[in-house]
Formats: sequence, C-alpha cells, structure tokens
Amino acid sequence: MRSTRTIDISTGLFVLLGFAAILFMVTQITNREFSLMSNSYRLKAAFENIGGLKPGAPVSMAGVTVGRVEDISYDMKLLKAVVTLRIDGRYNEIPNDSDASIFTAGLLGGQYVGLSPGGSEQPFKNGDRVEFVQDAVVLESLISKYLFNSAAQKSAAETPPATAPAAQE
Amino acid sequence: MTILRELLQSFLSFLERVGLLARFALQLLVLTPAGLLRVRPIIEQVYNTGALSLVIIMTCGLFVGMVLGLQGYDLLTRFGSEEYLGTATALSLLRELGPVVTALLFAGRAGTALAAELGLMRATDQIAAMEIMAVDPLRRVVLPRFLGGVIAMPLLVGIFIVVGLFGAQLVGVQFFGVDAGSFWSQMRSSVELSDVREGLIKGFVFGIACSLIAVYEGYNALPTAEGVGRATTRTVVLSAVVTLILDYLLTALML
Repeated sequence: MRSTRTIDISTGLFVLLGFAAILFMVTQITNREFSLMSNSYRLKAAFENIGGLKPGAPVSMAGVTVGRVEDISYDMKLLKAVVTLRIDGRYNEIPNDSDASIFTAGLLGGQYVGLSPGGSEQPFKNGDRVEFVQDAVVLESLISKYLFNSAAQKSAAETPPATAPAAQE
Repeated sequence: MTILRELLQSFLSFLERVGLLARFALQLLVLTPAGLLRVRPIIEQVYNTGALSLVIIMTCGLFVGMVLGLQGYDLLTRFGSEEYLGTATALSLLRELGPVVTALLFAGRAGTALAAELGLMRATDQIAAMEIMAVDPLRRVVLPRFLGGVIAMPLLVGIFIVVGLFGAQLVGVQFFGVDAGSFWSQMRSSVELSDVREGLIKGFVFGIACSLIAVYEGYNALPTAEGVGRATTRTVVLSAVVTLILDYLLTALML
C-alpha cells in the first residue's frame, strides 16, 4: 500500500483531469460561446421558407459570426416561420434596416443566416423585427423553375401557339 | 424432458441471480447517503478504480481516436467532405465510443480488480471475520468500492473522449492535412450540448452497472480459488453484455 499522500495527490490529479476534460467538452466542442454572454439581444425575422435552418446555426455578417439562431417557430397569424436570432452584445450598432437571408455554407454545408447592413442611422434594439428578409433557396423549386422555364421557352420558340397545350405534357 | 427441466432450472437460477442482484443494489442504495460521508475510503477507491485506470484509458482513447480519424478521413474523402472529420469523430466519440469503450475497459481493468479483491476477502474469511466483529462488510468494504467506481467512470469517459479527439486531430490534421480550422469549427457548429450530456449520462449509468456487477460478483463469490476466478470472469462478461444492452436502451431513450 502506498502512502496516503501519494494516493491523495494522484486522485486529485485524476479528478482534476476528468473535470478539465468535461469542461473542455462543454466549452470547446459545442457551440455555446454566446449562451454565457448576458448582454446579447434578440431579433425576430419572419421567412416564407427557412429550408433546413436549425437552432444553433450561426448568424453572420460579412462572414463574421455575430450570433446564433436561438429558436424557430411557425407563426399561425403570419403563416410564416419566425426565426429568433440571438446577437452578441458587442455588435449593437447594426442598422435597423439590415436584411436577413438564409444561405447555405458550401454545397453540403449547414444553413446559416446572413445579415447585410442597410443604411439606417438607427441600430437594432432587443426584440426588433428584421423587415427585409430573403428566403432559403430550395434546390427542388429552383430546378423545377428552371425546367419549366426552359420548357416554356422551347414551346414558345418551336411550336405555333395553336399546339402549345401539347407541349405541356 | 431432461433438457427441458435443465432449461427451466437454469432459467430459475438466472431469475434468482437477478433478484439477488436487485436486492443487493437496493441495500447499497440505502447505505449510500451515510456512506458518502465517509470520504477517506471513497478517495482510496477512486484512486484504485480511476487514477490507476488512467494510463490504459488514455492509451486506448488515443488509438480509438486515431482509428476514427483514419477511417473517417478515408470515408469522407469519397464524398469530398473531409472537413466534416471533426464532426464525425466528435459525435461518434461523445455518443457511443467514449462511454461504451470506457465501460468495457473499466470492467476489464477496475471491475476485475474489485471482484478479485472482494472474492479473495470472502475466500480468506476476512468478510466473515468482519461480521463476527459486528462490522458491516457491506458498509465497510463493498460500498466505498461501489461509490468509487461510480464517481470515477464519468470522469474517465470525459478523459477518453478528449484524448480521442486529439488522436483524431493528430491523424486528420497532422497526417492527412485536413484544415485544422474547419476540423474544430465544423465540430463546434454541429455538436450540441445534449450530445455531451448524453455521453456523460451514459458514462454514469455504465459506471453504476459495471461497479455494481463487480462488487456483487466479488462479494458473492464461492470461497474457493475457482470461485474467485469464476467471479472475475463473470464480472467482465456480464459487464460487457449489460453495458451494450443498456447502451441501446439509453440511446433509444435520448435520441
């Protein structure tokens, strides 16, 4: 049996290591860096379609992450998706006519909210609503729009108007 | 007919063992609040089960992480998305590999030691001697070992996961040249706090299960050399099976 002092020291080291590991997991490999900040503020934005946006997704301005998507819900009155953005308190001078769009990071990447600044003198305040929004681009609707467009162009170019219904098959 | 009767017999003895284990667990549970106040023996057991397992846990964590980095890199390059290596390794380590592999190692390293120690105490009549001296062996010997294991397990899981992440980072970033920034930032943006919670809860539950099985098998070992050996074997086998079953149940609960 070793002396109690050695046991105490190595037990202390072990426990310390364990807690350090847990702390590392909680702070370094999760996206919680904004949750600890008390001076953050919230904005709301209503979108027709948010695509695959999820809570926790970054909110970025010019590529800099300034906040996170805190909550997503469906508003039965507006009939739109309401996204709550939590913005870091350091960025409290964002013009209140800035617009929010939903972008996709890379081809397979997750979706994020991009804010681009407007020209207003007044900054956003807590609880403000982002007026100008641009919905997520849904790939399927884009493809179908393209297909229908090209089909319409083709039928307009090749066939006389009398046979147009046949081209819609 | 005899086969049927033997099957019935073994089923009944299985039920009996489950019942005994449940009663044993309840007894320990009742003693736990008072037992937590006696810090000294618990520290010694945290040292025995935790600090002494550190080397094997860290070594295995490193290599599990490195394998994940290797396999993940190979798989993800097929889709041209190797920047997701961090996400893939972090999620698989946090949710599954961390708690499960740690529990299996814990059963092999600490569980066997507990079972053999208690079994030998039983075989050399030390437990009977305590009973004669009106010292409750359950409170004096078994409980600190059980609590030490329960405390040590989540910490070991945490250490395993973090070491594993650095192992994956070593292979992915240093060997294969995945961008370090995207490795960590992709991980950060897709790992939720609930994933960490899932890993730690699993670690805690596995710690309870493995420690309980180890002390139960050791305490109830047949007082012979063979009995001690069998108790150690059963500890490992039962711990592994129970860990994997519990893992499925917990995953289904928390997903």
